[in-house]
Amino acid sequence: MTRAVDTEIRRQCDRIDRLCRQVLESSGSAGPIQIMEVCGTHTMCIARSGLAGLLPDDLKLISGPGCPVCVTDQSYIDRAMHLALECKQRPIVATYGDMVRVPGSGGSLGEARAAGARVEVVYSADQAVELALDRGDTEVVFLAVGFETTAPGAAMAVLRARRENVPNFSLMTAQKFILPAMEALLSQDDVRIDGFLCPGHVSVILGWKAYEQIAEKYARPCVVAGFDAPQVLAAVEAILAQLVSGRAEATSVYPSVAAEGNRRAMELLDEVFVTSEASWRGLGVIPESGMELREAFGRFDAAVRFDLPDFPSREIPGCRCGDVICGRLHPTGCGLFGKQCTPRRAVGPCMVSSEGACAAAYKYGLHDRGPMQ
Amino acid sequence: MSDTTHIQLAHGGGGQLTTELIEQVILPALGGPQQAGALTDSAVLTSPGKRLALTTDSYVVHPLEFPGGDIGTLAICGTVNDLAVAGARPTAMTMALIISEGLDISLLKRIVESAGRTAAEVGVAVVTGDTKVVPGGALDGMMINTAGLGEVLDGANLGFNQVSTGDSVVLSGPLGEHGLAVMARRKGLRFSSDLLSDCASLSEPAAALVEALGGDLHFMRDPTRGGLAATLADLAEGSAHDIEIDEASIPVNPTALGAAEILGLDLLTVANEGKLVAVVAAEASDQAVEVLRKYQVARQAARIGHITGPAETGQPPLVEMITSIGGRRIVQMPYGEELPRIC
Repeated sequence: MTRAVDTEIRRQCDRIDRLCRQVLESSGSAGPIQIMEVCGTHTMCIARSGLAGLLPDDLKLISGPGCPVCVTDQSYIDRAMHLALECKQRPIVATYGDMVRVPGSGGSLGEARAAGARVEVVYSADQAVELALDRGDTEVVFLAVGFETTAPGAAMAVLRARRENVPNFSLMTAQKFILPAMEALLSQDDVRIDGFLCPGHVSVILGWKAYEQIAEKYARPCVVAGFDAPQVLAAVEAILAQLVSGRAEATSVYPSVAAEGNRRAMELLDEVFVTSEASWRGLGVIPESGMELREAFGRFDAAVRFDLPDFPSREIPGCRCGDVICGRLHPTGCGLFGKQCTPRRAVGPCMVSSEGACAAAYKYGLHDRGPMQ
Repeated sequence: MSDTTHIQLAHGGGGQLTTELIEQVILPALGGPQQAGALTDSAVLTSPGKRLALTTDSYVVHPLEFPGGDIGTLAICGTVNDLAVAGARPTAMTMALIISEGLDISLLKRIVESAGRTAAEVGVAVVTGDTKVVPGGALDGMMINTAGLGEVLDGANLGFNQVSTGDSVVLSGPLGEHGLAVMARRKGLRFSSDLLSDCASLSEPAAALVEALGGDLHFMRDPTRGGLAATLADLAEGSAHDIEIDEASIPVNPTALGAAEILGLDLLTVANEGKLVAVVAAEASDQAVEVLRKYQVARQAARIGHITGPAETGQPPLVEMITSIGGRRIVQMPYGEELPRIC
């Protein structure tokens, strides 16, 4: 039952193959060309579709820092655990499902739940507000993680809580901006990134023009794509075409993304959040990469409300999630991969998240994607 | 009974209230006390002197009623399907209800009535049962435990050891409808069109396969929790053979696919409650598909792959999938709860 590869996909791959050789010939550089997919959903799409195996050997797609769970710093998990287990108010911790299994220094929220902590999975920030309205006498804290995609939802939840005067709702925020992380990656000199496959969902909010600053400043093509294999291939082709002609531009092959993005969503972010420095797993503290609640919304800040202590940013011994996120290491290059660290008993977040590079490699057997340096 | 609207602890006390509950709510729904042994502790069955299949299962689902079914239908179909994939026709079932104090009796009534209706449709008699009530908060609404007894059909010779190189893998229909319908209801998610659980009996199509294919039918399984991925991983492990499936040939429900994409789930790992996987001799695969397609529940049946050969010595058996774009990837045994993604 060896089926012929889809004809259009085959054509795309042939064009990519030719462009790839042209890039290497004209630049005189040794391969492989490395294109980073910034977004975890792309990582999953690439893995699930078996796309990597169709690309030439001299072209590698490497996973970047676009999985919200993966880039969330250890100290944030520890703080959430403190909230769930130690706070005398015994708040309900409302969280996206992905966060439940991420291990902190002293276990995961899932383990905390089994030990009696109140942890509930929600699908949106608004559901957390509903939960607060429903349990009028119990504090509900929403773990606001993610990028520009989830941040407008968190902002709207805060505005709703203020409008409807919900006294028992607050946020523990670790919302992040993706662009500063991409810049931080390019300032590392030990990872080769020839171009960026830019995230579809985030770009719906940001607009594809937002990547112009990176494309110009660092001379790297940035192309936005949607979430299926033909889209990913179209973006890869567009990046290679730019490299062949020596251009570095921001463009999009994803029709849902406008040049200017969603202005209303950006205004919402500006209304509720103020830009701050933020801790990223693997990348450390990056200035102006995080969102904190504005003072006017201070009463919705869980850190203030529960007087939460700061936890030190710690690395898990042996875990190389940080290197994986930065594109320095393929998941299979980590000593724990598939041994101590599996989806069943994950050591690091990249194995937990449904969008994590390690989970993708483990689940879909991406042994041939090959590491970088 | 007429003046109580909610289950009390006393309904499980074995006294008058228990009798009332059984006589007024449960028995009428399941076919009445004329069913042999309905009020005794054991059902005595005449042994037909043939191969018998016996199964038991427990059902816990939240919410108790979901689009396309409820825990009552689920309990009957699930039990019947476990017998069906063993090549057996169901003859009798037991059904034990464990109910939480405070459960709305009208809800209970709907559930047992739907169980009774399904049992009648399938042609299985619920011959004995049990009812317990536990304090509120000890469980979520109610649970059902069943046992099912079936007669193995002549000519059925199924098992991992029957599976051999070149055999075809046949699937009866699209994946993930049950798991996604329940998840959507649980979380108040709405999709462009209705997504219903596929909860249904496989008794007829499975029996038809046995009758039509005889010795060419090698193995059957209903891919419930863990989905097709778990069933194939089990099959590979149990038979010590590698398997290859072709994504493009797997029947798809577009709404389920969309829902899975939104939630970041892999359709291959989502639960089904009315699907059948059959491993058949290669030359019988067209016939198997044809037989299955005569039944409404299996009208989208398709050959989705084949047994490639014995697993390499010293290597774990492997399930590989040719993706719809012609790539390759591994299909793994899922690792428990699949968590919806963030964005």
